[in-house]
Order: sequence, then structure tokens, then C-alpha cells
Amino acid sequence: MKKQYLKKISLFLFLAMLTNLAFAQTGSISGQVIDETNEPVIGASILLSGTTIATSTDENGNYTLSGVPAGNQTLIIRYIGYLNQEQQILVSGNTTLNIQLEVDDLLLDEVVVVGYGTQKKSDLTGSIASVSSDDFQQGAITTPEQLISGKIAGVAITSNNGAPGSGSTIRIRGGASLNASNDPLIVIDGVPVSNSSISGAANPLNLINPNDIENFTVLKDASATAIYGSRASNGVILITTKKGKSGATKINFSSQFSIATPYKQADVLSADQFREYVNTYGNDTYKSLLGTANTDWQKEIYQNAPSTDNNISISGSLKNYLPYRISVGYLNQDGILKTGNLDRMTAAVNLSPTLLNNHLKVNINVKGTYSKNKFANLDAIGAAVSFDPTKPVYSGNDNYGGYYEILDPDPTSSTGIKQLAPRNPLSLLKQKDDRSTVQRSIGNIQLDYSLPFLTDLHANLNLGYDISKGEGTIVIPESAASSYRRFQDDNQNFFSGVNNQYKQTQQNQLLEFYLNYGKDLDFWNSRLDVVGGYAYQAFSTTNYNYGDYSFDGQLRPGSTPLYEFDKPENRLVSFYGRANYTINDRYLLTATVRTDGSSRFSKENRWATFPSAALAWKIIDEPFMTDSKVISDLKLRIGYGITGQQEGIGNYDYISYYNLSTESAQYQFGDDFYNMYRPGGYYYNRKWEQTATSNIGLDYGFLNNRITGSLDLYYKKTSDLLNEIGQSAGTNFSNKIVANVGSMENKGIEFGLNAQAIQRDNFNWDIGFNMTYNKNEITRLTIEDNPTSPGNKYAGISGGTGQTVQIFSVNYPRSTFYVYQQVYGEDGLPLDGIFVDRNKDGVVNENDLYHYQNSDPKLYFGLSSNVNYKKWTAGFSLRASYDNYIYNNVFSNTGIERNILNPLVYLNNGSTDVLNSHISGNINGDRALLSDYYIQNGSFIRMDNINIGYNFGKILKNAGDLNIGFNIQNAFVITDYKGVDPELGNGIDNNLYPRPRTYVLGLNLSF
Amino acid sequence: MNLSLIKTMIAAALITTVASCTDKLDLLPTNDVTANIVYSTPEGYKQALAKVYGAYALTGNTGPAGNKDIQGSIDEGNFTDFLRTYWYAQELSTDEAVLGWSDPGLPDFHNMNWSPTNSALTGLYYRSLFQITLANDFLRQSTDAKISEHGITGSDADVIKSYRSEVRFLRAFQYWVLMDLYGTPAFVTEDDVLGADLPQQIQRADLFLYVESELKAIETELLDPRSNEYGRADKAAAWALLARLYLNSEVYTGTERYSDAITYSKKVIDAGYSLSNDYRNLFLADNHKNKNEFILTINYDGVRSQSFGGTSFITHAAVGGSMPAQSFGISGGWGGIRTTENLPKLFPDYSGTADKRAQFYQDGQNIEIKDISSFTDGFGVTKFRNVTQAGVAGSSLDYSDIDFPLFRLPEMYLIYAEATLRGGAGGDKATAITYINKMRERAYMNTSGNVNDISLDFILDERARELYWEGFRRTDLIRYKKFVENSYLWPWKGGSKNGQEVESYRTLFPIPSDDLTANPNLKQNAGYN
Repeated sequence: MKKQYLKKISLFLFLAMLTNLAFAQTGSISGQVIDETNEPVIGASILLSGTTIATSTDENGNYTLSGVPAGNQTLIIRYIGYLNQEQQILVSGNTTLNIQLEVDDLLLDEVVVVGYGTQKKSDLTGSIASVSSDDFQQGAITTPEQLISGKIAGVAITSNNGAPGSGSTIRIRGGASLNASNDPLIVIDGVPVSNSSISGAANPLNLINPNDIENFTVLKDASATAIYGSRASNGVILITTKKGKSGATKINFSSQFSIATPYKQADVLSADQFREYVNTYGNDTYKSLLGTANTDWQKEIYQNAPSTDNNISISGSLKNYLPYRISVGYLNQDGILKTGNLDRMTAAVNLSPTLLNNHLKVNINVKGTYSKNKFANLDAIGAAVSFDPTKPVYSGNDNYGGYYEILDPDPTSSTGIKQLAPRNPLSLLKQKDDRSTVQRSIGNIQLDYSLPFLTDLHANLNLGYDISKGEGTIVIPESAASSYRRFQDDNQNFFSGVNNQYKQTQQNQLLEFYLNYGKDLDFWNSRLDVVGGYAYQAFSTTNYNYGDYSFDGQLRPGSTPLYEFDKPENRLVSFYGRANYTINDRYLLTATVRTDGSSRFSKENRWATFPSAALAWKIIDEPFMTDSKVISDLKLRIGYGITGQQEGIGNYDYISYYNLSTESAQYQFGDDFYNMYRPGGYYYNRKWEQTATSNIGLDYGFLNNRITGSLDLYYKKTSDLLNEIGQSAGTNFSNKIVANVGSMENKGIEFGLNAQAIQRDNFNWDIGFNMTYNKNEITRLTIEDNPTSPGNKYAGISGGTGQTVQIFSVNYPRSTFYVYQQVYGEDGLPLDGIFVDRNKDGVVNENDLYHYQNSDPKLYFGLSSNVNYKKWTAGFSLRASYDNYIYNNVFSNTGIERNILNPLVYLNNGSTDVLNSHISGNINGDRALLSDYYIQNGSFIRMDNINIGYNFGKILKNAGDLNIGFNIQNAFVITDYKGVDPELGNGIDNNLYPRPRTYVLGLNLSF
Repeated sequence: MNLSLIKTMIAAALITTVASCTDKLDLLPTNDVTANIVYSTPEGYKQALAKVYGAYALTGNTGPAGNKDIQGSIDEGNFTDFLRTYWYAQELSTDEAVLGWSDPGLPDFHNMNWSPTNSALTGLYYRSLFQITLANDFLRQSTDAKISEHGITGSDADVIKSYRSEVRFLRAFQYWVLMDLYGTPAFVTEDDVLGADLPQQIQRADLFLYVESELKAIETELLDPRSNEYGRADKAAAWALLARLYLNSEVYTGTERYSDAITYSKKVIDAGYSLSNDYRNLFLADNHKNKNEFILTINYDGVRSQSFGGTSFITHAAVGGSMPAQSFGISGGWGGIRTTENLPKLFPDYSGTADKRAQFYQDGQNIEIKDISSFTDGFGVTKFRNVTQAGVAGSSLDYSDIDFPLFRLPEMYLIYAEATLRGGAGGDKATAITYINKMRERAYMNTSGNVNDISLDFILDERARELYWEGFRRTDLIRYKKFVENSYLWPWKGGSKNGQEVESYRTLFPIPSDDLTANPNLKQNAGYN
């Protein structure tokens, strides 16, 4: 109907113009471009076909092309997100042509933000996935990355724990590194942000309000990421925040109230089980230590935690000239671990005016956060597992703040408290006040200027900053057992408690300039788009140093800092370019190159170049496909590129610097003490870690694109691995250096599918599914092969100082466990302290450790479903992980007799596993800790979210669209894993802050 | 205006570009400095010297931990401190000590089934070579040319030159440690350009010659005995190490050098040292008062030299059961190390009534070890206590003030006696007995413990009585051929309750896997492949 209307207008205009024909040899065309809602379109490009005569629309959508030869002409109108239009027009004198653009409503043609520009989704040649706000995870989400958890194949987002505002481990295609970083580069509105943590913030990303985010685009393969060069190996996440739109002022208010409840806790002995255990296995000494109380310590430390999240945003356009969006958010979230709280205020302003006769587009973003944190003492989690359940919470006397503590029977003990025994879990929480204030602001101004003399040439300048300040205090009262009488002065006076502060600031700057030129070429119906640019980014952190003080302000001797602050810095200088070449709108070629220079490397190794190339073939547009009724989209993508990685290494250590030791690390000659100068380890030849990625992908659509998706196969090979290798003793000041030695592979398959299962007027059902298979293997670790060396052990665990449970070994995945093989009795139970002598040399020692399973899942899945029925919506979103193995450190450390009947003569509670395994920890205890018995399968299905919502429609006269929704987050987990939670970033289960189940009631009102 | 804006943009970008490329990428750390600055002043030299010494006292540049010298996954406090790992290797492998913890590889010492990836052995090897590497660096930075390059002249320059011989002593000491424990380590000197080539492996007998030649070369350059600052090496330290070296020469080289052992132990004995009055004051928080007896100490301080190794380790780890924390000057014990029955049984009584050196804690402790992991099996040892002679706790209850004597006079008496009994020339048995009785008179605080005759077996026992828990036992048992053999057993030797012999190759520890991987020039010691 709309089209007919348009045709009528066109016809009318055409006739109108005809009348003018006879009077001019050259003329002009002017008119207005409007969108589907009849709003003017700003910045649409207007080109007279076959000429260089072009312009773009102004803030009112108006344009004028002058100097147009009279006669029949073709006008080409382009605007991102809309179908290109070609209009035939007979020009004579001042001709008017108004144009209404049609939305490019094929899902495939949504516009996707890519590095340094945007592209139509159908024109992408790389492996790029995009998730917009409509498809975000719902519920009480406080940190941005959780919005896309489980939504994209190849992207694994694991929340670190259940603490308020806690961050996540993000792995795109498994990550590309060993010792350097595996975190992707995150770019917010064109500003690459630092991944480094900020003092006092649980997670630097949570300083961005998720409600301000419009879209996530994840660049996965090298052809997409290589434009980010040296920081692209682990993938790139582009976050675009919401912007103002022209049109009527819109006000959106959303409010959420949620209650987080403890979902699952460690399975430990009850007080009665504990008494029975001690009475059965303990001697009289231990029996005499039993109490009469029945305390569930985990119940004591956890709580139901309410939180509220309120956001209001106003967007619109001032006099159709200055589109703006302003938002303010306030979040207050309690943790389920008592005393924890996150209180966050955020504000964001976006201005996107177009100036200078439409030639200059300005985009200004300023985001600010003021966050106050109160961190609950995480030590309480382990203490609640271990603290004797037969003891009461309060002692009944005033010692140690009234909390029951395990006392030392030794009357001469300075503190009266049993050393190394756990402290009262509730006292750990209530008697530690750990607060921080963190401020962060990220902003940029982006100027996009289309040159008047060459409108297809755009110059783009982007100036950005990311500054933050985190400071905090830790106060522990004098009565607290945890730091009772913790030091003494020269006169043997004791001091207790803590009264300390910390502070850090970060200042990162960005300058980027690029030129963008696009031109339709005269041959092969082809088009060329070229981007070339320069970037400079500086990262600077200032860490302030403070002494260590007792509660009443006494400086602990030896804790005076040598320097007021330290200010590590690093910088990157880059040149980059991209060319997209399209033939016949069917064959798409992309080539990118980036050259980066880093201050972290010596002059000789400072610069490196990262190229990529990709090819896409829109098979669906071939003549032989036009008759297909089933297949509605088909595109093949092939890409290859090399990317780099320089995170996770020192800023300066390509040469040796001397470090002066602290006041507490001096050496005494005679009666004098000397601070010591130590030369530092260095590695002059260090350079970028390089990852070569090959990707082949297929984008498909069936049944008029009711089913769409992609399938990608990739192979990533990282060489010159930034790998901590042993230095030959005597050849460096450090025995281990992060050097460029070794290589590693990731191979994988990603599959994504979106289906509109039901599509009716009042009833829609959308399903999204994705699946990822990733296989990691280390292929080289050392310069010289040494078959007798198993590799590099890592991943410290609790239970023995210096024990590690994982290893980097050639021919094995990165996260492989390295353990002893348990011997089992005929009853199927482990034989205490008996392990297989795998090398059959007659002794069981470290040479008998073996590689067993690994902590990365072999497969992981995401599934989401959304149903709309009339005014109702309902949906869920779940994730699954298959064959991720876990080292159950809670079992191994606490579920043993040695823990419960502690040799230091006190009682600890422990995992109920002790009743099954009967592992004592006393026989070959150092090996029992590393028994493969504790490596357990952690496959799981987690229902991240179940939601239901109702749209009340206009609640006021023609205004106030009201939605109310209810969510359950983390509704359930299906798993055979016996510990608290099988989802662990590193595969080691050691007193994780449990993820709560959260009930969320939310409303959204828009005017 | 449009044009000028774009010009400005381009110009701004270009200016930044040019500026950036040239110098923006050259950054320096805020507080750390280069060698040129460190070695530009006499004070800088002394602070660098402090690190060469401090390398065997501390685990890093932040006390007690956090900025470690030895990198990697091995735990800083547990496995990278010199004395702590040396003590594990020398004491836990013998009858003098057992340890109940589940830390990786520690039970292997007493079970005598350690492997090339043992954390403590790896940490000790790298610690020794770290101190050697620092020594080499110091020697490169303190040549005459370098000193004058920095404009340091006159007496300042002379002082720095005198540091060089001390640094060579420290290097010789660590090479002796490596020779004694590992036999065939990687070998580097100041003549090797740092990082240029992979070091060669040195054979044990060659290393013996090197250590000997170094000590002899500096013997004359070092300050006279007892004239240097406390905690710094002098001539007597070099002589004492030579005496120890020669005593064990047969083990190291196959050739005995007992006459030289007598010569050098005598040099020390005649250098003016004397025994302190009370043995029980030797390992207390204020044991620096025993300068008359101590030849060279590793210095610790509870406030200014903190680590989880050294005497902090020995003091804390030895306290458990019902042992009262206060009398050890600590806030609480770590419940780890005790002794097997063999050690207390060398004394006339367990409680030190006669021989005051018998410092054992028996209350609630069983002399018999049924379960190594149980602290109350095996007597506690109360030799190291972080309290002063006056009974006042040290400066910190968490870190010890006790200095650790690497060399003290009685060892020289014992070397003299043993070398004499083993047929060395230059000594006589009567003098030897006099020396032994000096020690025993101090131990008994009267002459009731004096002996009229001595034998080699007596000397071994006397060494245990005098020097237990000071890091000598493994070397002594090997020299007496009682370490791996069936001829001498102790509880849980070789992992068997009554003790059993173990493979003879275990008289040497394996070269750590890490260095074999990093340096293909190295070959593993026999038996460990």
C-alpha cells in the first residue's frame, strides 16, 4: 500500500517536472528524503548515476543537486539500513523529487558495526555476530557482558562468581594464548578500553550500565579482527551504546526489584554427623574438643539479598538539529554473602548532531559512573565450610567482639587464638569493613566529515578517553580475631586491627584518524570501499602506596612504602587500512592490514604488521538459485588473517631494570640495614604473539529466512607464543621469562540457528540455538624438546603450599589436569594413599603424575526461546556445557580425615565426601591431594533465565506504554557434579562465591 | 571554514603521528632504574652488594613475600628460600628430621624417593644459581674500568674492590652447595656474557677445583678474621669453607685431602674465635651476641628482613602439639618438623640435664613415629627460639630475629678431629680431644662429659649432637657411607617404618627438570633418567 502511494507521488512529480522540461539545459534536483515513519532522513547520500554529482541530505532531510544535465537521469539514494533506491527522473530546470526510503527489512541486511565503520550484514565477509538489545539476556544484569551470555556460538562467558557486580571470563574461540591474556579486546563506542582491573572495582566492565547498551558485535575470525591488529587474537567485542534519534522526545523508565537467594551450598557434615565422625575416628583429645551447638555456618553467612535497579532515559532531537539521549541509572544490590553491597550511579549522554550543511557528523559520548562498593570478606566462604558446626556463633563473652573463636589451649599464646585454624565466619564478615569508591568515565568525540569536493571521501577523527579512580579503605576493629595482636612495636606493645587505604587512578587516551572512501566503479558493476587510518593509544595507571596500620593508626614497622606511587604506562601506535571490493553485489573481497608499534618491545621488535584477507560469495544471488523456494539465503565466506597479542606481559622488561627492595626486605651488615638493588629478568627479543586464523563459514536462510543461521569452521594457530619458559640457570636474572617460544592450536566448529517457528498476527515463537566445539592443543613449548620434562605446572590449589594441579604440556590441551592415578579397592572405593606406579620404576613419585582430562568443555550450547501471544511474552534462555572437568578442591582439601581431625589439634568441618571416600590425607597426603579421584565431570545445563511479561499498552491517554515482567535468573542447574557449581572459569572448585537464584520483577514505562 | 577544519584535523593527526613514531614508544619505569644509575655511587654498590648477600637470606625484594626472585609456579616462601630448601634437602632426608605436611615433594625427602621435578630441589638449585648470577653481575659491574667510568676513585673505589672478593666467596659457597647436593650443575662466571650462550655443565671434580682455586685466590684479599662487618665474609669464612671442602674431598673427587682439612680448620681455630658460654644461647633472637663463635651468619630480622624461609621457617615449623608459643617468641607454630628417635638417643638423657645440647620437647610427644603426618609422633626440637637470652620475644612474632651461622667454631674442631682420625697430616689426636672436650665442657657446663678417646663413629655422633638441624647431616652421613646404605637405618628411611636402604645414586640429587629443558648442554645425574 505504501509503495502504491509512493508510486503515485512519483508519477505526480514526474508529470510536474515534464512541464518544465523545455526551459533549461541544465537544472537542479531538490527534495526531501523521509523514512518509513515520514521522519526526515539526515545524511542520506544522493548520487546522480554516471556522474560525480552527489550530495547528502541535511538535518531536515532536504537535498539539492545542482548542475544536473537536463534530460532523463537516474538518481541513486543510499542510506544505511534502508534499501538503495534508484529513481528515474526527467530533469528540466529546478526539479523536485521527494523520496521515501524503504527499510531493508531482511534481517540479513541489518547494519553491523565493524572495526572503523559499519557494514550491511549481507556484505560481511568475516565471522561476525551481532546481538541487539531485543535479544539480550533478561533479568537483573549488572555487568554488560552477561547480556550476551550463551547467545553467540564461539563465545563463552562465564561469570566469575555470584558476588554483586562480579565480572566474567570471556573466551572467544577458546582464546589464543597461554601466559599472556586470553581476554578479548573490548571497544566501547569506538574506544578500545583497558582490560586491566581497577582498584576497588569488582570488575571494570560493570562500570558501564548495561541499560545503556544498544548492541554487541563480536568479531571472531581474523579477517574481521585483524584491523585491530596486535590486540585482536582473542577476538574483539564492539559495544555500541544507545543514541538519540530524530523525532519525538521519548522517555523510558525502567525499574527492577529483585531478590537473590542462596541456591546451593557446599555439602558439609551436619553437627550431628560431625560429632559422630569425630567420636568414631578421633582420639580422646579430639573428642574433648567437640561442642554441643548445632550451627549451620553456611546458613549464617548467606542471606536473601534484595536489589533495585532504576533507569530513566530521555531521547529525542532538539529542534530536529541535535539528536540526544540522556540516561541516568541507579543500582543498589546486596550480595547473598552478608555485608556485600554494590551501589552504582551511572549517567550517559549522547549527542549526535550533523553540522556544516550535512558534511560534518558529530557523535559525542560521555559516560560516567560513581560506584560505591562494600566487599564482603570472601574468606568467610571457606571458613563456613571448615568451621566446627558444634560450636555456637557467639561465645557469650566479650572477647573477639563476642564471636566464638577457636582458642589456643596454650596459655602463653599472644593472641589466645589457635593459629592456622579458621576464624568465625560471621566475624570475618561483620568485623571487616572493606569499602571502595570507584569513578570511571569513558567518552569520545567522533567527527565524520564528508569532503565537499569529494563527498564519497569521509575523514573521521575520534578522540577518546577512559579515566578512572578507585580508592578504598579496609577497617578491621581491634577485637577481631582475624587480626588480633598482629604486630608489635619496639617496646613489645601489641597492635590489633586494620586501618588501611588504597588508591589507583587510570588515564587512557585515544586518538584516531581515518579516511574512508567509497566509489562505484564503471566496470563489472563493482564497488570499492577503502579505509585508511592512524591510531594512538596511551595507557597509564598510577598505583599509590600506603603503609600498613593497626586500627588505631599505628604504622606496622617495616611497612613504610619506599615510593609514594608507581606509574606503569604503555602505548600503542598503529596504522591500518581496509579495502572492500564488491563485484556484481555477489562477490565480496575484503583485505585489511594493520601495523602496530608497542612501547612494550625493544626498538628492533617494536613494529609488526597484521594482514588479513577474506572472500564471500553470495550464492543466493546467482541466477541458478533464483528458483529455489526453500533456500532463501546462502553465502559462503572464506577468510585468513594474522593477529597479535601483547597483553599479560611487563611494560618495560625488554631490558633489565634494578629494583630497590622494600623496608621489610633489607639486608643487615653490621648494625645497619640496606635496601637491596636487584637486577630484573629481561627478554630483549620479545615480540608479538601471532595467531593465524583460517575460517570458512556458511550463512544460510530457509523458508523466506524464517530459519537463518551460520556454520563456521576455524583453525587458529598461535606461534611465537608468549609463554613463560625456563631460563637456563645462570643466564638471566630470572629463572622464568615470558618469551616467544612455542605454539598452540585451536580448532573449532560453530553452529548458530535462529528460527521463527510460529509467525502469526498474534502469535510468534522465536527460537535461537548455538553450539560450539573447540579443541585446544599445545604443539610446542620449549626451544629444545625435552621428553623427560612434562611441561609447565600451574594452577595452585588449597591443601598444600605450592601444590599445582594443571599443566601446559605439548600434545595436550592447555587446561589439562596433571594428577596421580588413584587405585581403587574391590568395593570401588579409593584405597587411601595408593596410586598407580605409572612408569613402573618401583616408586610412586612426581614421575608418575599423568595427564587426565581438562577443564575446558568439549562442546557448549546456548538455547533461547521467546513466545509472543497477544500482549504476553514468555521466554527462557539456557546454556549447556559438555565434558568440562573440574578439580574438586573442596573435596580434596576438606573431605579428608586429616582436615577434620587436624594435626594441629583442632577440629575442622569438611565435605561429606569424607564419608564416601575415606581418604585420610595422612598416607601420601601430598599425592592424595592430587588424586584423579577429585577430577570430576562438570557437564551441566543451566537455565539462565525464565521470563514472562505482559504489555498493558497505553496506560494514559495515548501515552505511557507499560510492560511488566517477571524473571527467574539461574532457575536451575542440571548436573552430576557433586560440588556447589560446575561452572568455573578455571576448572578448580575452591569455595566459589555461589551464584544465587534471583527473582526479578521489572516494569518498563515509555512515553 | 570547512576546508580549514579538515586541514586542522589532518595536521593534528600528522603531527601526532610523527611525534609518536619517534619517541612516544620509549617509556621508562617510574621507580626502577638502570645499571648505570645503580652503580654510579658507592652507596649504590653497597645496595647491590646487599642483594648479593641478601639472596641467601630473603626470597625477594618485598618482605615477607610478593616480589620474588625465583619465578614460576613454585611457592615463594616454601620452595625458593635458600636456607629453608637447603634445610629440607640436608635434614629431612636424614634421621634428624621428619615433616608432616602435604606440600608437594616434601614427604619425598624422608621417603628418599625424590624426583627431578621436586619443587624444593628445583627452588634450591635456582636459588643457588641466582646468587651466583648476581655475583657474576656484580663482578662485571665492579671492574676497575667500570668503577672509574662512574667517576668513583680513591678510598671509595678501594672499598668497592674489596667487595669483589666477598662476592667471589659467596659464589664459591653456592658452587660448593651445588657440588655437594647436585654434583654437576650448570657453570657460569662473570666471563660469560649474560644470555649469550647456554652454560656448560661442570663435572663434580672440576667444580671442586674451581671452588678451591677461587677460595685460595681470595684468601689473601679478604679482610682479616673478625674485622669485617657482622654478616660479611672474611678470611676465616674462606678457610672454613676450604676445611669443609677438603674434609669431603673424597666424596667429591675420589681423592682424600684430610691434611688440607686440618691445615684450614686450624687456621680458623687459631684466628681468635672462642666458644660462647651457653650452647642454649646460640639460636636465640639475640644470637648475634655470639660473634666470638660465629664465623659467618645469614642475618635475619623480624621487621627489616622478613621471609617465610630462614630461621622463621625453622622456628615456626618446629612448634606444634602442646609446645607453648610464647617460649618460642612466635604467635603460633606451624606444626611441621620433629626428629626421629635416633637423634635424642645420642644424648645421655632427653631433657638436657647432662648435655645441654639435648633440646627436645617431650610433653605429649611420642619418641616413636607411627605416623609421619602426626606432629606428636617424634620429639619436638627446641633449639631455635625467637626469644632473647632474657626471655623477651623477638621484634616480631611472625618473623624471626635469629641469625643462622653458616660456619661456627665447633665445626672446625670437629673437622680437625675427624681429619686427624682419618689420617690427615698436621694434626694430632691429643689436640683433637682437647677441642672435642672444649665443646663438651660447654655442653655439660662442667667436665663430666669429657672424653679420653675419640673414634670416627664418635665424631659422627658428636657432630649430630653439636650441629643437629644446622644443615650438616646429609653431607655427614654420605661421608660416613651411612646415607643410602643398609648399615645405618632410621625410622621411615626409604619410606619403610623401620628404615631401609635406598638406591645408591640418591647420594646426589637430580638436576632439576626445568634446567634440563632450558639447557640441552646438561645431562641428568645417573639413576634419575
